[in-house]
Amino acid sequence: MNGDRVTKAILFGSSLAILILSAGIVVSLTGGAIPAFKEFGLGFITSSTWNPTTGSEEYGALPFIAGTVMTSLIALIICIPMAFSASLFIAEYYRGTRMAGILRSLVDMLAGVPSIVYGFWGFYALRPLLVKTGLTDQGFGIFTASVILAIMIVPYATSLSSEIISMVPSELKEAAYSLGATRREVIFNVVIPAARSGIVASFILALGRALGETMAVTMLIGNSNIIPTGLFSPGNTMASVIANQFGEADGLKMSALIAIGLLLFAITAIVNAAGKFIIKRFA
Amino acid sequence: MLPVNSLSNVLHELAVMNRFLADNIAQRNRSNRQFQWLIITGSVITVIPIFLIVGNLAVKGYRQINAAFFTEAAPDTFQAMTAAVNGEVIPGGIANGLTGSLLMVLAASLIAIPLGLMAGIYLYENGSTRYARFIRSLTEILQGVPSIILGIIAYLWVVRNITRGYSGLAGSMALTVMMLPLIIRSTEETMKMIPVAIREAAFALGVPYYKMIIRVMIPVSLSGLATGVLLALSRILGETAPLMLTALGSPAVTLDITKPVSAVPLLIWDFYNDPNMVNLVWSASLFLMVFVLSLNLISRSFSAKHKYI
Repeated sequence: MNGDRVTKAILFGSSLAILILSAGIVVSLTGGAIPAFKEFGLGFITSSTWNPTTGSEEYGALPFIAGTVMTSLIALIICIPMAFSASLFIAEYYRGTRMAGILRSLVDMLAGVPSIVYGFWGFYALRPLLVKTGLTDQGFGIFTASVILAIMIVPYATSLSSEIISMVPSELKEAAYSLGATRREVIFNVVIPAARSGIVASFILALGRALGETMAVTMLIGNSNIIPTGLFSPGNTMASVIANQFGEADGLKMSALIAIGLLLFAITAIVNAAGKFIIKRFA
Repeated sequence: MLPVNSLSNVLHELAVMNRFLADNIAQRNRSNRQFQWLIITGSVITVIPIFLIVGNLAVKGYRQINAAFFTEAAPDTFQAMTAAVNGEVIPGGIANGLTGSLLMVLAASLIAIPLGLMAGIYLYENGSTRYARFIRSLTEILQGVPSIILGIIAYLWVVRNITRGYSGLAGSMALTVMMLPLIIRSTEETMKMIPVAIREAAFALGVPYYKMIIRVMIPVSLSGLATGVLLALSRILGETAPLMLTALGSPAVTLDITKPVSAVPLLIWDFYNDPNMVNLVWSASLFLMVFVLSLNLISRSFSAKHKYI
């Protein structure tokens, strides 16, 4: 029928919109980044100078790449024991009980809190706590940002991990129990090996979230354009430098910021693709 | 027959083994219990922040929430300072943010929901073709793109070329791109749950394809689709970063989408940068969080019902 062909064409057209949108994003980012890469070459990625003074402008992305990698990895390290406990609680120890349902809802709520609220809460509640420990003067820096990031990514890691853990066949677990294994032994010798790739993938996807998080990090990292010197050093991430400086940027500086955006886009796309690949391949 | 000394050896071995096993099972049970407590403690620590956040915001934010909070635009820093000095509640509210958020989210939904619905149906219908698989991967990549990058894109496309200046339109474009992949994925997943028999029955009656979509597929999967839309809305309502680069913010209530407009998260950012306005940040954050969390909960209750259909 003719009408059916029209309907199908419209549906196809809307799928084409996704294609055009994705292509447009890549083209625009690349186009905007060209002046910066032309000026600094690959040195843009390896240089740690960020000098916006007119006349002696020089931009390098290394401090921000370092800041992003450091905050995300530390956040991941903090997130792992939390998400791991919560997913075992939900999918193994209290599976199917009301307790598990409550814990799952609470963890899901963490995903619903807006980023800027996390940032604000981190500023007024978490930062003074860290200052009290005496480890840091102002409370801003890599560690503060990482703690908040960890809380933000826990729900993503937990929901996927617990789903994967609950999919481990009960025959396998029962076989181990029948041999006299304790629950802990079943978890370590049966559940984790069977769910390993899925758990790894869930943490990779959580890392992908952490890499691009903007507002909370911007409010807590201290915003200084240096390669972080330690756990409590201030710094800047790729996302936070864009958030901070894009508004007043033009010319070469804007191009440098767009180039950082392009790098961030590439890194998150690769990390997410790796996570999705592991899930599709092994889980 | 075993020699005597050998038998005693075996008995000795057995005794040793028995003791070993007894000790071992006690030890294994102990570490089993310890591990369970470790998991419980870890889980409790994991959810402590949500109680702290909700508690902190509620205690410090409730005072500012009154009628004016919803009907008046944000105060300027002088009004806030005067109120703070006199120990009064800061006048004004977040009306400019509310209208701006509403305007941008509405505009984004108008494009993202129909477009995402159609693209999702396309993926469902052509699930295994190479092109569909490619589009699906692109959707997944789009979903993972950090929101700040969508802000840059909206700046380059809309702020520079269409509205020639910061505008609500640019903000809603960024939000549209955020919503699209969420709607597409949820549409496809929901459609997969429709029994094939229903579709076949419609086709057997000679119903045109578009009618089958509008009168059969969408109504049958309505609760699933609503879940997807509400979750997408709850995601974009709290977004700040892309709006900073596009909508910028506005001190007054504006309904002109080609001009800079404010949004609730943008107001929180402005208040945060002004030491006199701290009290308003608590209230605005409380409001935004409660709103987003309720949307989240409502959408989940939809999906819970959906499972039993």
